[in-house]
Amino acid sequence: MKLKKSLLMSLAASAIAATAATAETELTVYTAVEAEDLARYAETFNKSYPDIKINWVRDSTGVITAKLLAERDNPQADVIWGLAGTSLLLMKSEGMLEPYAPAGVDQLDPKFVDGGDPPSWVGMDAWVASVCYNTVEAEKEGLTPPTSWKDLADAQYEGHVIMPNPNSSGTGFLDVSSWLQMFGEEGGWEYMDGLHANIARYTHSGSKPCKLAAAGEIPIGISFAFRGAKSKADGAPLEIIVPSEGVGWDMEATAIVAGTANLEAAQKLVDFSVTKEANEMYNTGYAVVAMPGVAKPVEHFPEGLLDAMIDNDFEWAANNRAAILKEWANRYDGKSEPKE
Amino acid sequence: MADVQYDTLPAGPVIKGKLSRDDIIMRMSMVIIAIYLIVTMVFPLAAMLSKSFSTYMFDLSAYELQVSDKEGNFSGEIVTPAQLNAELGVLSDNDLIAGSDSRLGLTQFFPDFSFRSPVMYQIRNTSETGRFLVGSELQTGTAWVELDSNTFRRVQLRPEKSTGLGNFISYFSTPALFNSIKNSVVIAVISTIITVTLAFWFAYALNRSCMRFKGLFRLVAMAPILVPSLLPGIALVYLFGNQGMIKELLFGASIYGPIGIVIGSVFFTFPHAFIIISTALAISDARLYEAAASLRSTPWRTFWTVTIPGARYGLISAAFVVFNLVITDFGLPKVIGGQFNVLAVDIYKQVIGQQNFEMGAVVSVVLVVPAILAFAIDRMVQSKQVALLSARSVPYQPNPNPKADRIFLIYCCCVAFFIMGMLAVCQFAALIKFWPYDLSLSLKNYDFNRMDGGGWGSYFNSIKLALLTAVIGTCVVFFGAYLVEKSNGFKTGRAIFQMFAMLPMAIPGMVLGLAYIFFFNNPSNPLNAIYGTMAILVICTVTHFYTVSHLTAVTALKQMDREFESVSSSLKQPTLKLFGRVTVPVCLPAILDISIYLFVNAMTTVSAVVFLYSPSTTLASIAVLNMDDAGDIAPAAAMGMMIFYTNAAARIIHLLVSRGVLARTQRWRTR
Repeated sequence: MKLKKSLLMSLAASAIAATAATAETELTVYTAVEAEDLARYAETFNKSYPDIKINWVRDSTGVITAKLLAERDNPQADVIWGLAGTSLLLMKSEGMLEPYAPAGVDQLDPKFVDGGDPPSWVGMDAWVASVCYNTVEAEKEGLTPPTSWKDLADAQYEGHVIMPNPNSSGTGFLDVSSWLQMFGEEGGWEYMDGLHANIARYTHSGSKPCKLAAAGEIPIGISFAFRGAKSKADGAPLEIIVPSEGVGWDMEATAIVAGTANLEAAQKLVDFSVTKEANEMYNTGYAVVAMPGVAKPVEHFPEGLLDAMIDNDFEWAANNRAAILKEWANRYDGKSEPKE
Repeated sequence: MADVQYDTLPAGPVIKGKLSRDDIIMRMSMVIIAIYLIVTMVFPLAAMLSKSFSTYMFDLSAYELQVSDKEGNFSGEIVTPAQLNAELGVLSDNDLIAGSDSRLGLTQFFPDFSFRSPVMYQIRNTSETGRFLVGSELQTGTAWVELDSNTFRRVQLRPEKSTGLGNFISYFSTPALFNSIKNSVVIAVISTIITVTLAFWFAYALNRSCMRFKGLFRLVAMAPILVPSLLPGIALVYLFGNQGMIKELLFGASIYGPIGIVIGSVFFTFPHAFIIISTALAISDARLYEAAASLRSTPWRTFWTVTIPGARYGLISAAFVVFNLVITDFGLPKVIGGQFNVLAVDIYKQVIGQQNFEMGAVVSVVLVVPAILAFAIDRMVQSKQVALLSARSVPYQPNPNPKADRIFLIYCCCVAFFIMGMLAVCQFAALIKFWPYDLSLSLKNYDFNRMDGGGWGSYFNSIKLALLTAVIGTCVVFFGAYLVEKSNGFKTGRAIFQMFAMLPMAIPGMVLGLAYIFFFNNPSNPLNAIYGTMAILVICTVTHFYTVSHLTAVTALKQMDREFESVSSSLKQPTLKLFGRVTVPVCLPAILDISIYLFVNAMTTVSAVVFLYSPSTTLASIAVLNMDDAGDIAPAAAMGMMIFYTNAAARIIHLLVSRGVLARTQRWRTR
């Protein structure tokens, strides 16, 4: 009995302690930003707003999107900071976002701001597809470096290319949707049929192909430029190739979740997310950011990336997402046996 | 005698024992634990089942359209897309089955549509609940929305929720999905055959030969239980991947696929099969072997006519347990499966990748079928098992046979080398700076805070989860088992409880986790508050591993005579006092076994909790999964080995505590 009482006492005490600690506002922020950048983002934000504590929920784009949609009727998040624009369009069409025009939104490139008034989301930076090419392993296999997407469908690369599965990776979907936009619907599928013959396997995450290329597991990984630059900085024998036809891209964006209990703090965070300071912060990893004129070249980033970005129709991508993914799965997913 | 009539005797009243206060307390407690099991298992599964029948359909008759002439005057007739579809036959009924996320463009119903045309369109919902999109703006309500041709092509209809078999129809009409059933079963069968064969000879060597180092081999055989099932996958990548250390041994075949899944499955299911078969081989009657010898049977014949029949229940049981483990495992095929789809990974892909929760529920239902079947057959076989040892049996003692013993020793060394080799590879990989280009040693891969998965925090969360699960789980399970085993009367209630306690074994972790989302993440559920907390992880883990713990407790309790209860009640002592003073101390070894079982499993579990963790409750085992997913394979191996060392330490502490406890509380056993 005594034990029970003391247990209850300590439980009560810890409950009191917990409420005392929440004197500052806490924001639950869902994000797909790379884990290693999160602490830095929170630190920079807290320099301006020391009384708002960020609790990160970080996972891959697909998982976070799934989480948000699953929690549609009972949102757990206050703010989404750093999720694919395509996913945010999905949220918007479900009426899950609280429209808000942050102070200074007019400073941003309009391409990075939602068309609604007030906008439902604002962009941060662009996240651009690229090909990671391991020069050491490719030489061993006697491959010539590809210069275009079409090259990758060449027979010499059979079994040497790896890409993310669009059904579980945002990067994968952005590749597929960019091919469908660049080559037209029919041409896009035809291209993917050819590419599929060369793919060793499809990964679940978008950064894995580049990391596998960096580790020499598979010489060519279809991934994104940011990841490639990081692996290159870590000392991997990588070359980051920007295919000549143009590359797909998506942006990372910020939005307030409708129904948040901490609207004021959430708005402060979104205000911060469009400042010059924030854009400079994004620029350490991303070569293209929402505020024009801020971006400085990022080390190891390939040249000409900005010009290669296609004129991406996000609305088209979001609205056709379900149909594209279904078609993709029917064509390429689970063709049972892996290639030798 | 038949014609003798007893009609002179009236039927007496049914005599019913009066319930004592004690009985009432016991029954109340049992009901409480039964309610716990209902809430944490039956309700979530029911929620999942109903989700699998919740479909989305495009209801073409729920919208009205009107087309204007070239001047923009709406004078034409008002039509529904359903009428247009009936005229043109663009879409079949199956095309109208959708996911929650699907959209349907309208221009396909207008063969002469051109976005440059000056023709205007207007569209409206016919009911207040209707939904369609213009671009990404959601339109509800029944007001007409007027659009020019260029905007009209951006109109997308949204599906309506309904109930039916639609999900199952689209599941079975998608070859990419239902192929997984075949893949899963084939993989499980192959792994089962290999594992049971290997484990049988290993157990045979340990029980029926006089080779040396038996204790050591027993220890090594148990090692795979201490690591998450993904870890062998990671080891295989380092061994046989394209940059693998010994990839030549595969002669060009790819490890990513069935080969990898089978090797990894054999690794992680080996201890389970070994324990069961070893128990079956440990008991045998020497008289049968003497009889065989005196009948001049060859050793080969004796093996098939005496040994195998004696161990057959163990073999069958081991086979079904392994089958079940393999078919429901998610971590391993996720890491090493490549393009080889299996059911458990399909659930993950549907839910996490495509946010198609309904289809996830459908695959779950499909996965539950073989799992329950295997479980039911196993239970049936076990109930047929009769005692092999009678009072007159003479325990079998193996005789030294230098030649055979040497062969067994070599065989066991090979198996032990396989097991330890996999673990060693992971540890080695974790310490290498940048495989394969920079082979210098470093602790860089232990800097988990720079990686996905929650960093070192997730490791400590895992320990917290494991401790909580061990403590709370052991209390609930043991008390529940006691009530079922030792309370009086209340037969039906006890039988139902027993059934609930057996059910978790048959439910794959993925299915349980998904069911928890449907049930607990529902705002109208009063238990919604625990969603995203440590509490839901503890509850889920306790429920997931309930059955084995329950069976361990029941076995220990069966060894205690019911006389204790009778004596205590005749001494007018409350049963709960007896429980605390006698039953618990006597059963302490079993209680410790249950807690270490729960601890180890809580450390390694992935499947059930992968849908349930939140930012503040990331777990080490999930971190392994996520780091591997992001391509940080070496840190994943490092975290996996941390789990191994933690579990090994827990096991050693358990051993020491058990020894101490045995010395203090079990002295009566030796007299």
